[in-house]
Amino acid sequence: MSVTDLAAEPMPAGLEPESIEGRSPWRLAWSRLVRDRVAIASLIVILLMVAAALAAPLFAALTGHSPTDQYRETGLTDQGIPVGPGAEFWLGTDSLGRDLFVRTVYGARISLLVGVVATLLATFAGVVIGLVAGYFGGIVDTILARAIDVVLSFPYLIFAMALVSVIGPSLVMTTLVIAFFSWASIARIVRGQTLAIKEKEYIEAARSLGASPMRIMFVDVLPNLVAPVIVLATLLVPTAIVFEATLSWLGLGVDVRIPSWGAMLAESQSFFRVAWWYLIFPAGALLLTTLAFNLLGDGVRDALDPRSERLFATRRKGKP
Amino acid sequence: MIRFLIRRVVFGVFVLWLVSLGTFLLFFVVPGDPARSIAGRQATPETIALIRERLGLDEPLAVQYWTFLKNLFRGDLGYSYYNNQPVTALIAERIGPTASLVIGGALLWLVIGVGVGILSATHARSLLDRVTAGFVVAGISMPTFVVGLMLLFVFNYLLSTVLGITFFPGGQYTPLEEDPADWLRHMILPWITLCTVQAAIYTRLTRGSLLEVLGEDYIRTARAKGDGNRRVVVVHGLRAALTPVVTQLGVDVGYMLGGVVVTESVFGLGGVGQAALQAIVNLDRPVVMGVVLLAAFFVVLASIVVDIAYSFLDPRVRLS
Repeated sequence: MSVTDLAAEPMPAGLEPESIEGRSPWRLAWSRLVRDRVAIASLIVILLMVAAALAAPLFAALTGHSPTDQYRETGLTDQGIPVGPGAEFWLGTDSLGRDLFVRTVYGARISLLVGVVATLLATFAGVVIGLVAGYFGGIVDTILARAIDVVLSFPYLIFAMALVSVIGPSLVMTTLVIAFFSWASIARIVRGQTLAIKEKEYIEAARSLGASPMRIMFVDVLPNLVAPVIVLATLLVPTAIVFEATLSWLGLGVDVRIPSWGAMLAESQSFFRVAWWYLIFPAGALLLTTLAFNLLGDGVRDALDPRSERLFATRRKGKP
Repeated sequence: MIRFLIRRVVFGVFVLWLVSLGTFLLFFVVPGDPARSIAGRQATPETIALIRERLGLDEPLAVQYWTFLKNLFRGDLGYSYYNNQPVTALIAERIGPTASLVIGGALLWLVIGVGVGILSATHARSLLDRVTAGFVVAGISMPTFVVGLMLLFVFNYLLSTVLGITFFPGGQYTPLEEDPADWLRHMILPWITLCTVQAAIYTRLTRGSLLEVLGEDYIRTARAKGDGNRRVVVVHGLRAALTPVVTQLGVDVGYMLGGVVVTESVFGLGGVGQAALQAIVNLDRPVVMGVVLLAAFFVVLASIVVDIAYSFLDPRVRLS
């Protein structure tokens, strides 16, 4: 990905006639993103999901059902089978007679919270480690690059499971574990770009002016990396959401008393043959969220890296 | 070549040692006493002390680790805390379903991923390419366990209740040597589960890599000297384009173990992955150590094989 060069090049200010509005690379990227219908639809889905998560207590009040209470009288049939979607329970109930709709909406809170917070932590760590490794080089780089390789190639789910099971599942623990196993992909890209950028003349100039390594890394190098980091971070969110759901599904995620999509799907596994809604709605919510983030990530990449498309076009023309 | 191999093997052994140390320490830095959990809630302190002594848990940490390493060199991974079964026997007993799953799944995702990736690249921008891109995003967004649950839902509930026939049983494992046809029937859904996400990633990777290679000058040379399209793509293009795919395959060996745990759990295959999950939940250290070392061994082996494969794929790469 060579997003950086483009985003970094300053617009030739003053060259344009007065009548033409000078637009920054970010404004250009934004206008490309807005024209991308799939990306905008994904963004709307994500915003709706966030709104639903924020308004979860409102839905609980509206239906009169709490996410944890068991409505054994109304929520289960005489044979103890979950009740299907209807006026009383919008998306049906689960095996304990709890309201599946309210639980799904509360589950969105966990998924989004863990997904976004873990991504922020991983992005921060990845950027700092990648910058330090790429800028300093030598033994520092050797050690950090090896660490990146190890984290990238090790059976992280197994280690995550072991960590969670010995330390005990909790929201904070799950988030930290996911962040710990996610920073490496960002660090690798940042390191590679830093290695290339630090050879440029303006970095040499900054150094000869007496700028500290800290200043060079964060003021001179980092701005060039903002575009690829945004793309990677957007694509890291669905990965973190899947990670959290998988841990919860295995019973090693957040506290089982908190409704989360992974735990709901684990419970549904022995019931979906009598209650399809029990599987379909949490699975649908999870897929919709990860799909929306992935599509948005692709859209952001296309918007920030218009060159890839243009190169694409010339190659097509050159093809016999 | 020989010197390269020796260096890689030495480094591989070093990595394995690090992994063994890390896993070993992980179980000690955390609260939780295996002796206490084996003894049960109402055990007297004497019983617990006796169990600790029998397991060698009363000895200093360094001595315990040294004993572990000594036994490891004799091919003895210790005994499960729970049923006293030798860990090597436990792994040997359960390797069948895991090997079937991993080998079949990996073959399937390579064939689908590379095959569809090539078609997509050679027909870039066509309808086929767009449809593929849609499937790729959907595939990448799917958590492995959700794929498994949905397959069970469709094949073991929807189709079997509508048609009254069960095409693929939703669980258990039949050894290949007992009944190959039944083995296949049992493995198809797990294979699809394990390979969906990976096939999507490999499709994207192959397409991108091949498109880039097809824009190179030497490809134009090949076309100019009159090579047919098929020869250009397969002989000249694919060879170079497969390098990133092979790199990814090396990285994915570690990932695969996580996917294996999930897939085995969905379908109840009773392989090494499920044993690992059980052992992790039970804090059964010898079993966890055994499985993690086994996985790490394959990760290290894969990275060496990948480096050798480079030199075959790309004549510019010389092993040194």
